Amino acid sequence: MDTNIPRTIPRKSATFDDATLAEIRRAASTGIYDIRGAGAKRKLPHFDDLLFLGASISRYPLEGYREKCGTDVVLGTRFAKKPIHLKIPITIAGMSFGSLSANAKEALGRGASAAGTSTTTGDGGMTPEERGQSKHLVYQYLPSRYGMNPDDLRKADAIEVVIGQGAKPGGGGMLLGQKISDRVAAMRCLPKGIDQRSACRHPDWTGPDDLEIKIQELREITNWEKPIYVKIGGARPYYDVALAVKAGADVVVVDGMQGGTAATQEVFIEHVGQPTLACIRPAVRALQELNMHRKVQLIVSGGIRNGADLAKALALGADAVAIGTAALVALGDNDPHYEAEYNALGTTAGAYDDWHEGRDPAGITTQDPVLAARLDPVKAGRRLYNYLKVLTLEAQTIARANGKSHVHNLEPEDLCALTIEAAAMAQVPLAGTDWIPGKMRF
Amino acid sequence: MNELDLKKEGIRGINSKLQTLPKNTNEKHWVVTNPMGQHSIAVGLDGPLQIDIKGHVGFYCGGMNKESEITIHGHAGVGTAENMMSGIVWVKGNSSESAGATGNGGLLVIDGDASSRCGISMKGIDIVVGGNVGHMSAFMGQRGNLVVCGDAGDALGDSIYEARLYVKGKVASLGADCIEKEMRAEHIADLERLLKAAKRKEKPSEFKRYGSARKLYNFSVDHADAY
Repeated sequence: MDTNIPRTIPRKSATFDDATLAEIRRAASTGIYDIRGAGAKRKLPHFDDLLFLGASISRYPLEGYREKCGTDVVLGTRFAKKPIHLKIPITIAGMSFGSLSANAKEALGRGASAAGTSTTTGDGGMTPEERGQSKHLVYQYLPSRYGMNPDDLRKADAIEVVIGQGAKPGGGGMLLGQKISDRVAAMRCLPKGIDQRSACRHPDWTGPDDLEIKIQELREITNWEKPIYVKIGGARPYYDVALAVKAGADVVVVDGMQGGTAATQEVFIEHVGQPTLACIRPAVRALQELNMHRKVQLIVSGGIRNGADLAKALALGADAVAIGTAALVALGDNDPHYEAEYNALGTTAGAYDDWHEGRDPAGITTQDPVLAARLDPVKAGRRLYNYLKVLTLEAQTIARANGKSHVHNLEPEDLCALTIEAAAMAQVPLAGTDWIPGKMRF
Repeated sequence: MNELDLKKEGIRGINSKLQTLPKNTNEKHWVVTNPMGQHSIAVGLDGPLQIDIKGHVGFYCGGMNKESEITIHGHAGVGTAENMMSGIVWVKGNSSESAGATGNGGLLVIDGDASSRCGISMKGIDIVVGGNVGHMSAFMGQRGNLVVCGDAGDALGDSIYEARLYVKGKVASLGADCIEKEMRAEHIADLERLLKAAKRKEKPSEFKRYGSARKLYNFSVDHADAY
């Protein structure tokens, strides 16, 4: 080799990057698609691409520590005899006992109740631990109907008819055999140790007209007391929200593609559905056109991490948000404290997403009794409570800075966008301009 | 016997009356007149009542029933006795699709035909159909028995778990992982009990049993073509 001749340096392909090459090798050696937990990991237009304007001369702010800024929200005011009154507009998203340990479910209930908000069951039924520790418990009504029974339905404070979720709109679920303990198996009426599939469509209704009848049945069984939520993945939010309203929903939950899952194909998580930011305005527009904005409440989920995300979602028209992944992190998921054990699993704290394997060092996404015992539900519940308080304080800080005496008074006019994509999706002006892509200005 | 006129009381009035009766009530027998094909009649009942519905009903009649014996003197719509926990729902006519869906217990008898997806995701319910069932019946059936005295449509028992299927007539096709299985003494006894409960004259020896091959219980790429 003539060292005097300049050589090109090794150059890796942007298309065939290291992660792509590793996946091709993994697929070739196993013959099966990659399954993992959590939501979309790719970079997406998100709330970070929006900024609040704050107040100055044209708007005046509220005093940070002296002037009140309300945070409460009432869900289910349309038809339910007993709407839910929450102290904060942050709810805990549905996560099943089965995908999570009983201690984790209890911790979620403890943290949420202390903060004055609701938690939600999941695909697997209601546990006494969760009901006992949750002041406000939303009972999910899913296609699998695992654990579904009229007694628990009546014990719930609200019912969430799950049509889809953001991580996999159009997909069902799978709880792999290794997480099926005796208790999980008994609750789902299936043998221990086998893969438990959850269907992607409900077994006894199809389409919006049937959904209306199904909602009527659920109301009849529960004496028209419980708010009925309809949860959809971020597929076609404008049409789906309109149809959910038509079907009689009290509350619509829209879950964007950053929303997590316990176990789904990587290709599904990363390539199906829309980012949360892109879902909110079409959902709000559907409600406004039906004169149902604020009458049918909108809960937005998928990638809510801090009070700024919360405030931005509310400013775009949501009544509340739901958190899942962030709540698990608050409990202790992916904590660097367990770095050595994450390394032993071939990953690192912060990247661990094989929640379906049931080997979670933090004891959260597992049914292994030894691992599950690591999570103290009282301490973990306190961490969740602290985190929820911080989100609330942060959102109040922003609301006051924009002159709002309640977080629900935040509005799109308080926002600008840093990117053209975010401006188009959120329908707020690009920073420094009055340009909203796709919207004519006269 | 007490009468409830649905035309007069409305669905809410009828369900509210039946749902709030004390468990030890002496007023156990109720007749619902003028059902007019309405939906959600006699849903969420929780007690040993005897309900006779004089006519056709819409969706979800007897849904989530516990203990009550509900007889529909007519045809029934979608999801009859869906998620039933216990008791009996008896359809004197035909029933539309998803009859007995996700039922956990109790007995559903359909004297006539059932449509598609009869017993879908059944979790312990017993279903006896006097006539035929449509396609995808007992899809993902987890537990319980489905007895079909007539024929079964395509993809019977697709992705079935531990539910037991008994068919007297022809099966158009079996779904993924569903196979014909040996009829042992325990199955004959079970079938005899169910036929008797449904007041059927067929004999267990006239039926074939179908159930899970259990090959799809844990995912294997070599079985991916089954889906």
